[in-house]
This record gives sequence, C-alpha cells and structure tokens, in this order.
Amino acid sequence: MDLTIQTISEETEHQVILGGEIDAYTCPEVKERLLSLLEAGATRLTVDLKAVEYMDSTGIGMFVALMKACKRSGCSLFVENLSARVERLFRITGFYDLIAIRKGEEA
Amino acid sequence: MASNQPAVDVISLTLPNRVEYLGVARLLVSGVANRMGFTYEEIEDIKLAVGEACTNAVEHAYESEDGTNSLHLVCHVYEDRLWIEVADQGKGFSVEDAEQQRKAPLLNGMEEDELEEGGLGLFLIQALMDEVVFHTGAGVSVSMTKYLRRDGVAGDDRTISKNQI
Repeated sequence: MDLTIQTISEETEHQVILGGEIDAYTCPEVKERLLSLLEAGATRLTVDLKAVEYMDSTGIGMFVALMKACKRSGCSLFVENLSARVERLFRITGFYDLIAIRKGEEA
Repeated sequence: MASNQPAVDVISLTLPNRVEYLGVARLLVSGVANRMGFTYEEIEDIKLAVGEACTNAVEHAYESEDGTNSLHLVCHVYEDRLWIEVADQGKGFSVEDAEQQRKAPLLNGMEEDELEEGGLGLFLIQALMDEVVFHTGAGVSVSMTKYLRRDGVAGDDRTISKNQI
C-alpha cells in the first residue's frame, strides 16, 4: 500500500484521514490535497494519522509547510490519532511539542 | 569452521535514484532485519534511518543535471549486527555540514517561524542507529550499524567488564 487520502468535509471544516506510507514519493500528493483545501477557504483542518504505517522527515517537512500556510490564512490545524510510529518520529525530532495534537473523543 | 572473523552475508541492491523506489529500499532492509531477529520497533527504526539516507541521496540526484544516478544499498549481515551502506554518485556535500546538521538541536524550543522544511534526516539517522559514519567524495555514502540485543544487556556487560579491569 502506498498512500490513501480520505477527506470528510463539513462546510469549511475538513478531516483528512491519511493511510499507508508518507515519504518523498507520496508526500507531494498529500501536500497538494491539504493546500488545495486551504486555498478553497478551509477554516479548520484535522489530519488523522491512525493508519499511517510509515512517515519520515519528509512528512514533518510537509507539516511544517502546512503549519505556515495555515497561520497565513487563519486556518486552525490539528493532527489526531497518531500511530505509534508517527508518535515516535514526532517525539525524537521534537515536532511533538510544536504541532497541535487533538486528543480524546474516541470514535 | 572456527574463525575469529564473524561470518558475514552481503545483500546488495542498486536502484534508480528516484523517489518512487524509496519504498523498495525500505522493503529490502526490513526483510533483512526481520530475518536477523531484530524486534518490530528496531526494524521500523532501521527502515526509517535507511529511508532518510536514501531520501538524501535521491534529493542530491535531483540537484544533478542528468538525474541518471544510481542509488546503492548494501546490507552486511554479522552475527551480532547489521551494517548498512547507502551510497549515491551525486555531487556530495561537505562533511562539516553533515556534522553540524546531525548535532543540531531538536526542534524543541524553536518558534514556528524558525522551522525549516528539511534538515532532520541526518539527525534522525544518528538518533536511530548505533554507529553512523558519513563519507563524501565522488558521491555521498552513509554507513550505519545496528547491533542485535538478544538479551537486552549486551552494552551493560561490556561496561562491567571494562570496570573490572
């Protein structure tokens, strides 16, 4: 499995559920999808990472770019449901403390 | 056959230096590490380190003019460790830059505006593997080793015997 992207939208609030592998090959597609939601006037983006089996620093780079873009356009950005591997990546790099992580609400 | 030198198997793979093959490189090291008996967590760490090294190599290839470089991945299987080399034939980078980058502080304490979109790869390789050496010349090679910890106390044993001398 390379990559899956599923978007659940409610007006300008979007939940984007990522799955599979996020690396330099698949990242451009994810970034394009997320940025296109922003350009379309998103006010809230929540990225679900539960089904992400692999992510490397390319993925962090994408989130850094997304954080900046969201800040510019006044959109709130959250990640949720970090898989164990993603949490490890975020913690080792220190990114865990920089990105807004939405917790709770087991659904 | 008794020998002071540990037996070693060598598995090598040459790939086109392009992003669509990064997953193939990770699959190879994952298979080798699994066969050697590394834990799930260790295998994922090795995959991530190799993924970062290969991503760096691919990015160098894109900076080069023809983009026809190959990416070489070699796994040396020892009884007690896995030694992996990732090499490209790109233009290389300065070892000083690499040293600086892998010792750079974490993202911790950085303001959002200070964040850059790259530069974490070498740091991660260093954090995830036991021994890491960067070579640069005609291309870049990253040499990294992960030790098998069958009983979980191999490192401690070594420390104790040193103290007893």
